[in-house]
Amino acid sequence: MLRQSSVIGTSLAVAAALGLSACGGDDAQSSGSKTVRVTLANHVWTENIKKALPEFEKQSGLKVEITQLGEDQLSDQYNVKLNAGSSDIDVMMYRPLQEGKLFAKNKYLADITDKVKSNKEWDWSDFKSGPVQATTYEDKVVGVPLITEQEVLYYRKDLLKKAGYTNPPKTLDELKSMAAKIKSQNPGVAGFVARTGKSPAVTQFSSFLYSFGGDFVDQSGKSAVNSAEAKQAYAFYGGMIKDLGPANVSTDMGWPEAMAIFTQGKAAFYTEANSLYKNATDPAKSKVSGTVGFAPFPEGPAGSKPYSIPSWALGVNDASENQANAWKFIEWATSKAQTLENEKAGVPGGRTSVAEDPAATSTYPKDLVEANAAMAKNGVGHDRPLVVKVAEAREIVGQPIVDAITGKDAAASADAANEAFQKFLDDENK
Amino acid sequence: MAATTTSPNPTRESSLTTSTSTPGWARWANRHRKWLFASPAMVFVAVLIVFPVAWTVYLSLTDAEGSVRAESEFVGFANYLEVLGDTDRFWPAVARTVFFTGGVLAVEIVLGMAIALLLWRPFKGEKWVRVAILLPLVATPVAVGMMWRLIFDPNIGMANRVLGWFGLGPWPWLAGEHSALPTTMFIDVWQWTPMIVLILLAGLTSLSDEPQEAALIDGANAWQRFRHVTLPLLMPTLVVAVLLRGIDALKTFDILYATKGKGGGSFHEVETLNVYAYGLSFDYNEYGVSSAVLIIFFLIIIGSMWAVTSRRKDAS
Repeated sequence: MLRQSSVIGTSLAVAAALGLSACGGDDAQSSGSKTVRVTLANHVWTENIKKALPEFEKQSGLKVEITQLGEDQLSDQYNVKLNAGSSDIDVMMYRPLQEGKLFAKNKYLADITDKVKSNKEWDWSDFKSGPVQATTYEDKVVGVPLITEQEVLYYRKDLLKKAGYTNPPKTLDELKSMAAKIKSQNPGVAGFVARTGKSPAVTQFSSFLYSFGGDFVDQSGKSAVNSAEAKQAYAFYGGMIKDLGPANVSTDMGWPEAMAIFTQGKAAFYTEANSLYKNATDPAKSKVSGTVGFAPFPEGPAGSKPYSIPSWALGVNDASENQANAWKFIEWATSKAQTLENEKAGVPGGRTSVAEDPAATSTYPKDLVEANAAMAKNGVGHDRPLVVKVAEAREIVGQPIVDAITGKDAAASADAANEAFQKFLDDENK
Repeated sequence: MAATTTSPNPTRESSLTTSTSTPGWARWANRHRKWLFASPAMVFVAVLIVFPVAWTVYLSLTDAEGSVRAESEFVGFANYLEVLGDTDRFWPAVARTVFFTGGVLAVEIVLGMAIALLLWRPFKGEKWVRVAILLPLVATPVAVGMMWRLIFDPNIGMANRVLGWFGLGPWPWLAGEHSALPTTMFIDVWQWTPMIVLILLAGLTSLSDEPQEAALIDGANAWQRFRHVTLPLLMPTLVVAVLLRGIDALKTFDILYATKGKGGGSFHEVETLNVYAYGLSFDYNEYGVSSAVLIIFFLIIIGSMWAVTSRRKDAS
């Protein structure tokens, strides 16, 4: 008798335990937990912050848990966690131009307008106006700009000298002829390399687009990717890679792959964001670190018009239950002192005062500082279509790029892309 | 000592369900013990399998997009019509899925069978050979994808270097628009043939020796023995291998995503149905349409499974 009811009792207890254990997964998160959970992207900025972290933890008494991911994985993570309203993330590093509108529209980003205005010493007005515009949505501040970048020309000083040139190219036509000469002189080395993936290439291509006098949309907001200037830009960019690029070039290269080709010594010229320069000048990462030079983005028919954008910003997760401490982390990471440290370590930030401080760029290669200064005046504030569904838009306007690279009819592709993009814009504005 | 529960006549009610000294709830529990013991597993299945499928079906009938918590409207079968009429992305993805699955299955079964037959008879050093053959299987698919991506890089990868030693020109491998899918099929074959070898080897070792010996005495050569004795006896195992690997191959994702990235490459070279549905959900945030694609995919998989097993039932 006793044995029977004990068997039944135990089994019922086991069943109940199994059922309840499924519910036990949540962390008991009381508001104001001492642990701040930060999600960051793979970037030189993140490496710097990780080094400076112990100092913050000592000074504030908070513990910081960092999750670091590649860009694509980060986007996917946010998509899943923020969609589910998870409170797992307190501070997030996001791309204002890629995800900013979508996140703000979906209310993933907490409104930090009051917080940014509250600390006079921290000084919100010190931040550059373009980036601030990108992290403000409907008059509410939702992010603090972290990293700003422009497109710059990376080049191999040794190959340039060998071909008899003393200065890097000033115009796009000069770039083309120099790349052709160097390629013919050095078998196995490409004259030019750049991103080739349909989506990743769009941002680097944008500088070419603007320098030819085009843009993704015209003044009235209609699609302009099949304008004469845009077609010229597509043909130029695609042609450079097709004729002077690496043999059998993959049409999926993002910056890690294109940078690898350059740093392995397999290309003479490379147009890319200047915030990634450390990947080329760090001897631990680059075979050619000793001979890398930097030049301002070459002039096209409409001048030199590289993009100048805030690539990353820090925001607070609206569903976080630890927003006060999340803000403390952001305040520290974007403070004047920390931004100066980051800028010295090679990552241009969002503050005007730091950008103008000569101490900040003391460790940069001199020609990079000169190139940045020259580009500061004529930068364009966006490097991709400014829409909500950026990922899809990039694929549409990026299709002519890959078509030009693989030798298909780029002009026809631009026309098709224009139709598709206009339809996309109409859908979005409905 | 407590009384025993086993009664000699199983149809008679045990005293536990009728005796008045056991409390009422315990009597009820005892009567329904089949359901009670099965309930944790049933809850598990319901929550983790039935609910997601039902929710996906529901989503496929709405225009959900952007944020899962945003308002969405019921649109009936509009998503299905849109998907089935999409000759730009959907049908090519179906074609690639069929091509990929058929191709890898064919190669893996043939290769796996050959290797299993070689490993069947004991030989010196067979333990090491078995371990070596199983190594690709234990590596994680994403790591495998990234490793092969580096090896196949047309400019800095090992594969073209090796080709160079034989005087062959550099091939685009994963970079070429038409060579990407066959290259990923090669990677899949490299990784999953060991699994077929394992399954077939298990089947082979369970075969008795007599039919083989009888055939040998009758003068059959190796091929005839294989074709007329081994293969028919191995058929049930073969069907299991085809089924298991086939369903997995239809759903291949990690190798394709790790080597070609979002959208299966700039020209969607390796975009199979799974990769396409992933892109719809995570890149475009179009949950309604991606749910429709997933339900259609689900039906395709169930259909294939049914086709294989019904054939098997006919055979037996």
